[in-house]
Amino acid sequence: MQTRVVGVSVPRKEGPAKLTGQARYIDDLSLPGMIFGATVRSTIARGAIEEIGFGEGIPWHEFTIVTAKDIPGRNVISLIMDDQPCLADGMVNHPEEPILLLAHPDRHELAAAVAAVKITYKPAPSIHSIEESERREHIIWGKDNIFKSYRMEKGDVDQAWKDAAWMVEGEYSTGAQEQLYIEPNGVIAQAGSTTGLTIWGSMQCPFYVHKALVALTGLPGESIRVIQAETGGAFGGKEEYPSMLAAHASLLAMKSGRPVKIIYDRMEDMAATTKRHPSRTRHRTAISADGKLLAAEIDFATDGGAYATLSSTVLSRGTIHAGGPYYWPNIRVNAKAYATNTPPHGAFRGFGAPQSLFALERHMDHIAKTIGLAPDEFRRRNLLHQGMTTATSQVINEPIVMDQMLDRALDLTDYHAKVKQFAAHNLTSSKKKGIGIGAFLHGAGFTGSGERYLNALVGLEATAAGGLRVLVSSTEFGQGTNTILCQIAAETLGLEYDDVSMAPVDTSISPNSGPTVASRTAMIIGRIVQTAALKMRQTLIDSGLLEPSGGREQFLAACQAYRKQFGELQSFSRYEAAPNIFWNDELYSGEAYGAYAWAVYMAEVTVDITTYSVTIDDFVALQEIGKVIHPVLASGQIEGGVAQGIGYALYEKVVWKDGRMINNQMTNYIMPTAEDIPPIRVYFEEVPYQYGPYGAKGIGELPMDGPAPAIINAVVQATGIEFNSIPLLPEDIFRAMTAEPERPAESLETALAAKGSQ
Amino acid sequence: MRSRPSEYELVAPGKLSTVLDLLAKEPGVWMPIAGGTELMVQYGAGRLPARKLVSLWGLPELRGIESTAHEVLIGAGCTYTDLRKDPVVAREFPLLVQAASWTGSIANQNRGTLGGNIVNASPAADSLPALMVYEAELLLTSARGTRRIPYVEFHTGYKQTKLAVDEIISAIALQPRFSGYHGYSRKVGTRNAQAIAKLCLAGLGKISGAQIDDVRLAIGSMAVTPVRLRRTEEVLLAQPYSAVLMSEARQALESEVAPIDDIRSSALYRLHVAGNLLQEFVEGLFA
Amino acid sequence: MSKRDVSLTVNGTAYTVSVYPMERLLDVLRAKIGLTGTKEGCGEGECGSCSVLMNGELVNSCLVPVLQAEGATLCTIEGLAGENGLHPVQQAFLKCGGAQCGICTPGMVMATVHLLNNNPKPTLEQIREGLGGNLCRCTGYTRIFDAVAAAAGTRR
Repeated sequence: MQTRVVGVSVPRKEGPAKLTGQARYIDDLSLPGMIFGATVRSTIARGAIEEIGFGEGIPWHEFTIVTAKDIPGRNVISLIMDDQPCLADGMVNHPEEPILLLAHPDRHELAAAVAAVKITYKPAPSIHSIEESERREHIIWGKDNIFKSYRMEKGDVDQAWKDAAWMVEGEYSTGAQEQLYIEPNGVIAQAGSTTGLTIWGSMQCPFYVHKALVALTGLPGESIRVIQAETGGAFGGKEEYPSMLAAHASLLAMKSGRPVKIIYDRMEDMAATTKRHPSRTRHRTAISADGKLLAAEIDFATDGGAYATLSSTVLSRGTIHAGGPYYWPNIRVNAKAYATNTPPHGAFRGFGAPQSLFALERHMDHIAKTIGLAPDEFRRRNLLHQGMTTATSQVINEPIVMDQMLDRALDLTDYHAKVKQFAAHNLTSSKKKGIGIGAFLHGAGFTGSGERYLNALVGLEATAAGGLRVLVSSTEFGQGTNTILCQIAAETLGLEYDDVSMAPVDTSISPNSGPTVASRTAMIIGRIVQTAALKMRQTLIDSGLLEPSGGREQFLAACQAYRKQFGELQSFSRYEAAPNIFWNDELYSGEAYGAYAWAVYMAEVTVDITTYSVTIDDFVALQEIGKVIHPVLASGQIEGGVAQGIGYALYEKVVWKDGRMINNQMTNYIMPTAEDIPPIRVYFEEVPYQYGPYGAKGIGELPMDGPAPAIINAVVQATGIEFNSIPLLPEDIFRAMTAEPERPAESLETALAAKGSQ
Repeated sequence: MRSRPSEYELVAPGKLSTVLDLLAKEPGVWMPIAGGTELMVQYGAGRLPARKLVSLWGLPELRGIESTAHEVLIGAGCTYTDLRKDPVVAREFPLLVQAASWTGSIANQNRGTLGGNIVNASPAADSLPALMVYEAELLLTSARGTRRIPYVEFHTGYKQTKLAVDEIISAIALQPRFSGYHGYSRKVGTRNAQAIAKLCLAGLGKISGAQIDDVRLAIGSMAVTPVRLRRTEEVLLAQPYSAVLMSEARQALESEVAPIDDIRSSALYRLHVAGNLLQEFVEGLFA
Repeated sequence: MSKRDVSLTVNGTAYTVSVYPMERLLDVLRAKIGLTGTKEGCGEGECGSCSVLMNGELVNSCLVPVLQAEGATLCTIEGLAGENGLHPVQQAFLKCGGAQCGICTPGMVMATVHLLNNNPKPTLEQIREGLGGNLCRCTGYTRIFDAVAAAAGTRR
């Protein structure tokens, strides 16, 4: 289908404001009489609060002080399991846990005041790793330290081993990763007896904040209003955390009677807020004599930190993606999210899938090496095709172009020639070269019945100025929400891109279209924008004000006529599940997602043996995403995600001490600069998804899944050493390359040749 | 921002003599601040101990590069950008210019000063090994006058120097006699830009026939101060290249340094990679 | 300690502000003068979101005590667009997708202006170095490099 506006790289809606410094982020906003808030946090990982003292030299009478006692409703940040307190009351369970809040008119007075609050604790034993949590020597959450567990099963794994020619095991781990949005978290809260509670903030999900404040304050929903300010990056790091910040600012605003602004500085933001869940994955795989995957037993564990927050849903996505883009006749995944005494881990682009897919794609290379197949050939023999079932027994009805993308990737990188060339080169050079593959998929939208549960509502409204505006709670934070939703509305109605704008995201006017997460905005919300648009058009036709054949001018004129006659013209539409989406939560099987995006990424690296550092010389990213709504924005998503994936693989190590991040400064938490990112070559394929707007599927998180395994696979090829843990730093490569050679890992691989199934 | 601006005094007299008088009148009270790329980071983090500061920024007496008959005098207030732009420094002291290009970012190079970097005395500072191999001299100036000391004697311990409480570094003196030398410098950082060095090696050498005629080596981030590797130089001097020589040189290097495990790297990695850089230098020398 | 008057010119307008000498130039620009286009991303001179031109030189304003800006001529993001519209660098960023969330953008644009002022036809390596002090978490830098090259007329 030819499109006029969709598929075109129109100017970003809020671009000029951002380019001229006119865009107003939360710290750019001020209210009359506004004061500033700060948080006093736990310095221990676990224990009882014995005493809170207020030190000398601070004019405490000038401060508003809030403790858990000041919470009118429930002391909880309501999300899923409601186990996380807003303020610690008696017990602390992680370093940096908020205990007390302070506010003062002079922003500069706060740091000294925070430092002057002296808290004494009675420490209790704390745990800081998945292994410690599993051992259950100390129970820190629930009965068994487990926030959530899943068992996902297909076929009959136990009987499949006997047909295996090979059985290959491996263990893989990933570290925490800080989202590092360049704009730290911030909020302003204003409380009034007549005006209710109003929140402005840097956030992804205003209705999450709204729900949390209802629980915290006990106020009726109508008297709480949450407004998204221009948001400087989020990546999941502002999915649930803003609820905590809004709760804090609200309590201070209610107690002081003044608007309160809280902005985290970088050190606080890094130490106290959420990060990507660390993970450990164990694979045990049965492979047939002709290199086909027969069965997998996968043990997937994540470290959720001290409170449940989003750990159950991260675990869910990681579980469902654990089998990757391959056909598994039999597969079993046992997944658990563990509690530790660390600030709770949370959402970060990919949301469990980068963890389980890293393990899988490393394991695929490991299997290939063990059984003597080239990494590309082994993958090729096992890729899913149209009509086959995924690990959750979902039939993929649409064409899958993974084979073609693999071919193209190999061609674009000159893979086979290079593998040969590098093998010879590496014998004598101190600059070892390698090339690695990452093949993967990413489901768009909330899992299973999640979208039905969210029941997203989207609106479209004719404005007095003569155009239309889109009403959603979907937020812009750089990924292009504003732009693509306007493109879709304009395309659907035969309008120009400039005829459509976005209403501000404000819970008092925006319908709840759900959170801006899970790669759902283009595919799910975009689709509902279409249906709302078509509904509006039908309303005008039914009213007699628009001929069915009417074009742009007639449409816009009809809108004005309708408004004149009826006062306003609004059209709302709700999510409608595509037919035949059935998800069984008990068995964890069925249609997990309406659609998947598919991808093959390739990384070419040099490992310099003088310094053991890795340079990426070339990166190729191929993906099939249904329909490219905006080529520049779509490429931008891929390039940005690849850069974050490079950080995840090679640079971004969180250094922990007793559960606290100690490298919580940008100088010591290493994110790639302009001098570290290789040229990234991006290519799109399009297999239109019937239920996506113009065929579009979600892409926001996809690019996070592929880079780490592709890069590490390349490093493994370059060095001959099996690296199974990220981030992989030069010090790790050095240690492995200079260690005493270990005995061949017979315990890890067992050739079942004796079984005679050749 | 974790400091209260109202607690700090900062004065900018605009004339070096006035600054020196202030330092003489109230020794140990006023902390000189040049470009602020180090002190303002501490200040922002709420960790600046001093409460009274005197600005050296822009003092004309400190910002100039002068060539006399037998030396080049670099004003201590010269920024890293000044160093990179100066044709004499580029020609005679390329290792210093290279180190300047590695220091922080362009914005930080526009404000960071050579004098400030030396006084801050971080063992990880990129330009200090280069200054050591060029055998720089520091001009230490106070109201009492100016004295010179060899830079290699300046550091006495971790962030401790021979600077008296009433003194500032006014200039760095370098002799332009190394143009016939093979120069080497390599920094190993956590990434390609804006990285604090895990280690940084600077070397100058000269071959005569098949032997090393002269060699100078200095290394950063391998001890509490930057280190001039005299024992390693001794091992290498007047020797032809051989695998045994390299092995002995590596051992000598290891004996002269005391790297640690820290937030950026490990002692073992630093030691091993330092040996690799040394090897790279020596091989380059003989190539 | 007492405040004192500091005079500086920002985007062509002369200001005299009553400030503590150790107030950060960043805070004076944002809170005193009301130019909120310059951002704080880290407060430690690493991210470059606070970069401005001071006497034509790119500096991290979070590391400049306002007293050291006495008498200086400053240019911030708000000072770039003219009466005829966006500055060529701003236009190039808009066209090439060089801004996503926009928080690093003011600093990134100032760094680009500074680079092109000093080196009108930079190579890709020089672009990388010129922007090495400006961190972007959204774009992966690729389209920022395109934007700089487009503004320089050296588009590959």
